[in-house]
Amino acid sequence: MKKSLIHRLVQAVIVLIGVVLLIFVMLRIVPGNPIETMMGEHADAATVARMTAEMGLDQPLHIQFFRYISSAFRGDFGTSYSLGKPVSQLIGSAFVNTLILALFAALFAWVAGIGCGILSAVHKNRLPDRLFMGFSILGISLPVFMAAMFLQYIFGFCLHWLPISGTERWTGFILPSIALGWNSAGQVAQMTRTALLETLQEDYIDTARAKGRSPSGVLVHHALRNAMLPVLTMMTIQFSGLLSGAVITETVFSINGVGRLMVQAISGRDIPLLQGTALLATAVVIFGSLLADVLYSVLDPRVRKEG
Amino acid sequence: MNEMTLEVSGLTVCYPTEKGAIFPVKDVSLKVPAGSIVGIVGESGCGKSMTARAVMGLLRSPGKVTAGKVFLCGREITALPEKERRKLRGNEMSMIFQEPMTSLNPVMKVGKQVEEAIRLHTDCSREEAKRRTLELFREVEIPEAETRLSCYPHQLSGGLRQRVMIAMAMVCRPRLLIADEPTTALDVTVEAQILKLLEHLRDAGTSVLMISHNLGVIARVCDEVYVMYAGRVVEQASTERLFEQPLHPYSRGLFRSVRSLREGCETLETIPGVVPNLLRLPQGCSFSLRCPECGEKCEKTMPELLETEPGHAVRCFRAEGGEE
Repeated sequence: MKKSLIHRLVQAVIVLIGVVLLIFVMLRIVPGNPIETMMGEHADAATVARMTAEMGLDQPLHIQFFRYISSAFRGDFGTSYSLGKPVSQLIGSAFVNTLILALFAALFAWVAGIGCGILSAVHKNRLPDRLFMGFSILGISLPVFMAAMFLQYIFGFCLHWLPISGTERWTGFILPSIALGWNSAGQVAQMTRTALLETLQEDYIDTARAKGRSPSGVLVHHALRNAMLPVLTMMTIQFSGLLSGAVITETVFSINGVGRLMVQAISGRDIPLLQGTALLATAVVIFGSLLADVLYSVLDPRVRKEG
Repeated sequence: MNEMTLEVSGLTVCYPTEKGAIFPVKDVSLKVPAGSIVGIVGESGCGKSMTARAVMGLLRSPGKVTAGKVFLCGREITALPEKERRKLRGNEMSMIFQEPMTSLNPVMKVGKQVEEAIRLHTDCSREEAKRRTLELFREVEIPEAETRLSCYPHQLSGGLRQRVMIAMAMVCRPRLLIADEPTTALDVTVEAQILKLLEHLRDAGTSVLMISHNLGVIARVCDEVYVMYAGRVVEQASTERLFEQPLHPYSRGLFRSVRSLREGCETLETIPGVVPNLLRLPQGCSFSLRCPECGEKCEKTMPELLETEPGHAVRCFRAEGGEE
């Protein structure tokens, strides 16, 4: 167990470095000079050349890469061209907002998704099932910006219950979290329902009933733990997706998160900032799936390796 | 007359399907005297497992008991509210299943699964339940019982898992144990050990209703046998009597196919045809389509289950001597 975990960790770091290399190379292949963009149209050639040298952009690619990697290990991800601040500081403050948003969205998705999934499975093919599954299909198929605008219109504009945008107060996170979590909630609900219905057909469910367990006891003690295994994997991966920045949601609700920072970086040709946000997204996804594997092996003894 | 642990009379199970209702169990009556092992034998789909599930009250939806009564130690239990029946399950009556591989919860330690059964029916402490579980494991002859308590099902062999199932079924010393093909998934040596264990339980006061399609198993442990075909009991006799003198053409067919093996014949005797579709049963005797002795009357009317002599009943016009 410990051995395979270390193995997986090393793997994760290697993948991460590979992805950084890919991002690094791609950003330098794309046409357009970041210095020219930064200095504006009227910069003279000499200044551009001086700036390029100052930032080390005249060096060969591999030298640039190793410089980047070695300073990244020291926690230095460069300075944003457009905002003039260290990338780590910019991402750090944006990540707090993204983290809060992701946590709220995940909380909504899991509570609503698992709840609806269980109720649907228990009342299979009856009214609650039809209702919840209708909602979940709506959640999966409705684009985030549509959901966001509906929510803003109903709860912000018509009812005045919640702020339409901004995160000055914590209530500002409620609507964006629902808009963002809606899709995940739909997926979780569908998967919970399917997995639970499948599990309820298993032989050990009969055994539990033959022991004299009540229907709710069977559900909680025997069916759910088995049914939640695949759902859990999905939720962990979803959460890492939420954490890597919700571009549309953050834009619609004007939240200063990682997603918005990334959009800013792209439009401003801000290479260090873009590298930083891409690196964060990659790291979150890689460690998210690692976490999913670890959790799975904790919950399912069949996956655990002997010794 | 001996005291009856289980008495089933006129049990009928109905499953509504899209093409109409089917009756996997139709008018089944049987008795399990205290201190005996009674067998139900028949092909797959003849309704033997369904009978067992109906007795336990474990029919899967949308199956329903539509007629008949089940008496456990003289007490009618089909009319009891579900909550009351639940108290009986795992307590006065318990059941073990065909597939020990899939009948245990894969994410729960086997010891815990047995403890759960104990704690459901008694209010003993966790430690007490654990101690009882260990005792039960030793009783069902699980080697190294103490270390096995904290094993997960996938770490045990099929035979050991079935022993765990039996231990779980025995926690409250039930009056009745229903064993649904308990040895089908196991190899022969393990089968012999499990059967021995069941006999041991019978001697300790638990009556057993044994369901099997294996005549060898039935011959070894059962005192009484019911032969089922297409949801009905077609013959009932003591094991000895049935093996010596089967009366129903279906039972005879079953024994012929075994005997042909034993006597070293070149060809394996079989019963021609297949089990009829429960949606399209013949108008008369269910076996008429495959019966070598089928007469005109057999095609039109269903024979009754009648005693030809005390303790031996058969559902066939031929055996009654009514059909030329």
